[in-house]
Amino acid sequence: MTDTEAAGAAGIEVPRADQEFSVKQRTQTQLILRRFVRHRAAMISLVVFLLIVLWAFIGPHLWHYSYGKFTPDNSQAPSWKHPFGTNASGYDAYAQVMRGTQTSLKIAILIALGSTLVGAVWGAIAGFYRGIVDAIMMRIADLVLTLPLLAIALVISSRSGGSWYWIAVVIAGLTWAYVSRVVRSTVLSLREKEFVEAARALGASDARIIFRHLLPNALGPIIVNATILVATGILTETALSFLSFGVQPPDTSLGLLVAQAQTAVDTRPWLFYIPGAFIIAIALTINFIGDGLRDAFDPRQQRVRQ
Amino acid sequence: MLAYTVRRILVSIPVLIASTFIVFLVVVNSGDPVANFATSRQPAPSKAAVAAFARHIHADQPAVERYWNWITGVLHGDFGPSVQSNLDIGHDLFTRFRVTVTLVAAAMLIALVLAVIFGVFSAIRQYSAADYSITFVGFLFLAMPVFWFAVLLKQAGIWLNEQTGSTFLGTIGEKSPYLEVDTWWNEFTDHMGHLILPTITLALVSFASWTRYTRAAMLEVLGSDYVRLARAKGIRRGRVMTRHALRTALIPLTTVTALDIASILGGAVVTETIFQWHGMGEMLVTAATTIDVYRLMAWLLLSAVVVIAFNLIADLLYAVLDPRIRYD
Repeated sequence: MTDTEAAGAAGIEVPRADQEFSVKQRTQTQLILRRFVRHRAAMISLVVFLLIVLWAFIGPHLWHYSYGKFTPDNSQAPSWKHPFGTNASGYDAYAQVMRGTQTSLKIAILIALGSTLVGAVWGAIAGFYRGIVDAIMMRIADLVLTLPLLAIALVISSRSGGSWYWIAVVIAGLTWAYVSRVVRSTVLSLREKEFVEAARALGASDARIIFRHLLPNALGPIIVNATILVATGILTETALSFLSFGVQPPDTSLGLLVAQAQTAVDTRPWLFYIPGAFIIAIALTINFIGDGLRDAFDPRQQRVRQ
Repeated sequence: MLAYTVRRILVSIPVLIASTFIVFLVVVNSGDPVANFATSRQPAPSKAAVAAFARHIHADQPAVERYWNWITGVLHGDFGPSVQSNLDIGHDLFTRFRVTVTLVAAAMLIALVLAVIFGVFSAIRQYSAADYSITFVGFLFLAMPVFWFAVLLKQAGIWLNEQTGSTFLGTIGEKSPYLEVDTWWNEFTDHMGHLILPTITLALVSFASWTRYTRAAMLEVLGSDYVRLARAKGIRRGRVMTRHALRTALIPLTTVTALDIASILGGAVVTETIFQWHGMGEMLVTAATTIDVYRLMAWLLLSAVVVIAFNLIADLLYAVLDPRIRYD
């Protein structure tokens, strides 16, 4: 029984909770979530982005045309039967855009997850141990940064046959170094904090300090970076696919769809504008989400109260 | 400053060697140009011809030896043999670099000037309608795939040409193929006409991200004590903005622009492909598809040197812009 209830039971009049000054305890996560939810552009973007994701992954199971099946109608403008029209060989553009969005999202998300996972652990270990370990690990990361992404991606993908996970692995294999730099600089300052000293005094192992104390506290910059990597990932993949070095037919990606439609901008504009609009929508919403997350994790950069 | 420059150049040499060596190994192991030669021709070449081809492109040597021969050859100005007969890689490289530089130079200058103007304006009028519009346009261009935008611009150019009945806006290549060069003026307008659309494409993409940087840097500076002090001393607002605030705000921008320009000089691959310019980007794509090892290495070497040079320029500019930084 709390004090208030006890007083109430005793017949003493007490002010209701909302009438008195009360301090509600909030955890760090709750604070961050509250700040994010109040960021209007970020919240709208999150909803739109999630709708696109759901549509791309669940839609193909409900739609009556498959992305790889010919339909009897070719070069048709958008209609009820074919909401995004059809192309010259009779493929249903709605099914193809759904499939393309799915592939592009899968690649972008795998790039973000893969490079974040490798980069975060790499940077945390380098920052935690410092000295010779740090020097060697960061020189390797610097070396990876000097490798030209496009050249490597072009060379490797011309051989790998364009399966979606290969493209993601190649791109992630060159972008993790950025993440490792960011995480290292965060960990370098975190490792001097008292809670790390306390953990060490309690006898925590190095691995425990890195994975239970340092990485969770560096989560802010890690998540913000991962979000931005999804946006750059989708732009890189679509550009590669556009240059015919990415996803190969019969599978499709948003970049490949734009490439196939570039000669038909005048005659079948729906084939060109719709996949392009989807790339823009995905990259735009992710950038806004990233912006909202940055503000939420870093209260110093908060907007003025309105 | 000279000693610093020399030291920086010396440090970058091992990085350059390690980086080119890794890429060399990746390229050499990523495909077999000899097999391409043997299978893709009609009639099929004889065994002796295939062997001669392999010898010609050094495919019969072990990779480490090839790398060593390549790097010593480059020091003598020999970039090695191409898989295409009669292609002088060194000559090809510098012709293409000149093409890319003409394409990139104007675009980057326009982007930089616009980014500073709009970024500063956006920061001074923070949270105004203008700031929100500039921010939104910036976000939009950051999210827009270059290839989509470039194709759209190309179509708009063709449409405009049809409407006006002229051929001023070139959409293919860096100059008209059968231009009757009677006057230098004709040649000049022809070049300009071909430059406009790709320049707009490149400029808008860089403009978007640089505006964001300028705005952020300017906001940070505007909130600092020395700017308030300068105003309190009675210095006019315009002068405080340009001499006190902008000068400091330009420092982070130099790094970003230097890196961006350096990487774009390695070839604006998408823009060059769509407008069919024969620049560095096309060189990279052709070299990668034909597994032309030495051509790709020549591309890599030049673009890596450009990256290193621009990084150095950015660091030296730091010292010019920020009196607290001294290199010795």
